[in-house]
Amino acid sequence: MAPVATPFFFYLLSALMLVGGILVITRKNPVHSALALITTLLAQAAIYLMLYAPFVAGVQIILYAGGIMVLFLFVIMLVSIDRSIKERQFNSQWLIGVVAATALGGLLIAVYTKGASLFPGGPVTVAAEGDNTQRVASLLYGQYMFSFEIASLLLLVAIIGAVVMAKKRI
Amino acid sequence: MQSMLHITTLHYLVLGAALFLLGVIGVLTRRNVVIVLMSIELILNAVNLNLVAFSHYWQSMPSRLGGGPTALHGQIFSIFVITDAAAEAAVGLGILIAFFRNKETVNIDEVNLLKW
Amino acid sequence: MREFIQYITSYLGSNQTPGTAGNIFWVVVYVLLVFTGISLGVIAMNWLERKILAHMQVRLGPMRVGPHGLLQPFADALKLLLKEDLIPAEADSVIFWCAPFMVVLAAFTVFVVVPFGPTHAITDMNIGILFMLGVSSLSVLGIVMAGWASNSHYPLIGALRSSAQMVSYEVAMGMAVVSVILMTSLNAVGTGTLSMIGIVQAQLAQHEWFIFKFFPLGLIAFFIFAVAMVAETNRAPFDLAEAESELTAGFHTEYSGFRWSLFFLAEYGAMMAASSIAVTLWLGGWLRPFPNMLAGAGWDQLFSFIPGASFLFLAGLCFYSTARMPKHPYFRIQTIGLAGFGALLGLVGLILFIPPVRAWVQDIFWFSAKVAGFMYLYIWYRGTFPRYRFDQLMKMGWKVLLPMGLGILILTAGVALYQQNLWHP
Repeated sequence: MAPVATPFFFYLLSALMLVGGILVITRKNPVHSALALITTLLAQAAIYLMLYAPFVAGVQIILYAGGIMVLFLFVIMLVSIDRSIKERQFNSQWLIGVVAATALGGLLIAVYTKGASLFPGGPVTVAAEGDNTQRVASLLYGQYMFSFEIASLLLLVAIIGAVVMAKKRI
Repeated sequence: MQSMLHITTLHYLVLGAALFLLGVIGVLTRRNVVIVLMSIELILNAVNLNLVAFSHYWQSMPSRLGGGPTALHGQIFSIFVITDAAAEAAVGLGILIAFFRNKETVNIDEVNLLKW
Repeated sequence: MREFIQYITSYLGSNQTPGTAGNIFWVVVYVLLVFTGISLGVIAMNWLERKILAHMQVRLGPMRVGPHGLLQPFADALKLLLKEDLIPAEADSVIFWCAPFMVVLAAFTVFVVVPFGPTHAITDMNIGILFMLGVSSLSVLGIVMAGWASNSHYPLIGALRSSAQMVSYEVAMGMAVVSVILMTSLNAVGTGTLSMIGIVQAQLAQHEWFIFKFFPLGLIAFFIFAVAMVAETNRAPFDLAEAESELTAGFHTEYSGFRWSLFFLAEYGAMMAASSIAVTLWLGGWLRPFPNMLAGAGWDQLFSFIPGASFLFLAGLCFYSTARMPKHPYFRIQTIGLAGFGALLGLVGLILFIPPVRAWVQDIFWFSAKVAGFMYLYIWYRGTFPRYRFDQLMKMGWKVLLPMGLGILILTAGVALYQQNLWHP
């Protein structure tokens, strides 16, 4: 089934994502930031569905929203945040940071206005997703087998690293 | 107006760029480590959005250019990026807990032990 | 008007789920039907759980409101709706307000892909089981929000326990699910499927429920899932997040009235969702018992009488209890009520005997009956098992279930390769 009313949903979800992103970087309370980030992630999963990438959308929900963000909330509850809420929220070089980011934004705008002709003007048409999951699987376990193994090794290292960091006595 | 109503690859790229900038501003200006880590997640997500958008664009290309329905390399890469984000979050939050235990603060500009 | 009717009727012959056919009218109808069914199921579970627990403990349970306490759930719902809805002064009011809706949303959205029959699902997604696991894992966010926003100690501890527990058991659960997905790939094409309907059809094609596949591998995977799903739904013996004797009521201590009833609804909705995953993956979903061994029109005919007959049996039980009611005039209204309820059940049973209804309701009946078995198991666990300690719970999740799941996954993959003649040891 093809997505219906694509422009409407695209703008709705983009607005959700951008508002969520702005809330993430402006809220005092990290819990509010985390919830705003979850909104952004879920809206992004919906955008993946619009881009005919259902498997990535599922991974996004299950790993990002259900895994990583729960980890974030867990840690926020472990460290006491009462003191840091009352303190100054932005560091002393915030002005330089904003200027640098604006410069980067200007660069990106220049690239996208100058290079707009590189991208097709009309809407992209793709055959229905069909067996997207099966195709992703055969690529992941075929062509990208080695990268997959390296990623699993990275996760193992991360597990050990997290335990070493967070445990009082090993 | 017509260009607003047809959602092209460029729209997704602009959205990704906006998210990326929000993440960069968050990393550069906030003091709270948790929010800095979340801004990094925003940056990674912006990259993922670009990758999936490009993969979608590539699928509509003729297969002699390497496109076609099996050209899902962008999606594969975004799955790897999500894996990396999970590893990064685990290690980052572990460091945060160790840091909080030693200094009783979560502010990133107080990580100045080497300045003694 | 005519076009609208044509739009509605065009779906009926299409032999697809309404979501796949893209028919918005029927999608709405199915969503309403499914949600009404779940709400009815929650009401029934409320009564059944109290009665069954009571009988397990040699008590009578609710007896006053309606015959045998049949109207008790409605009285409770009325009480909860009329209660004052408190928000603690120190609570984070926005998150406190959102949390119950988050939990209910996560518990109910899952039913979008649950297949009650080959065409009786709201939609069939290519990533069905992934979607179900993902969305049901969002409910932990609602619990964490509720516990944190209450700004109180017991809810916070409950939320911390719950998030740790659910994240841990999700891993073992995922391993068990992946071994089933491997089993679906044993066909001529050689690729498996994540779609819920596809998984049931694979069981039909392989002439075997996956619980009996590669005996005992399927059985062990099912066992891992059955333990993990009780932990995922925060039910006894893993109800540490709301342990009454330790944490008052855990994460929903500060909730009252309508919001509390939303948590209640979500808990039972999540139980049904987890049970329907188990039924779909291991117990053949909507398939009736022995669809291949006892095939043929005669057997089909025989099995199609069972839904109506079971309702008639329940009606008979009602009439039997009516006859056993005390003859005192004080009980007259209750006796009449029970007889009326029996008559209602009998009427439903008779309607289920009408041939078109009989054919239509077959799959839904078998699916619901299997789910109902799981719901009974939940009550049974609660009545018989003592609660785990938290370190025991974590030890069991990480040191027993996860290695077992990994082992099962590797063994299943090996046997599957061997069966497809791709690997010769």
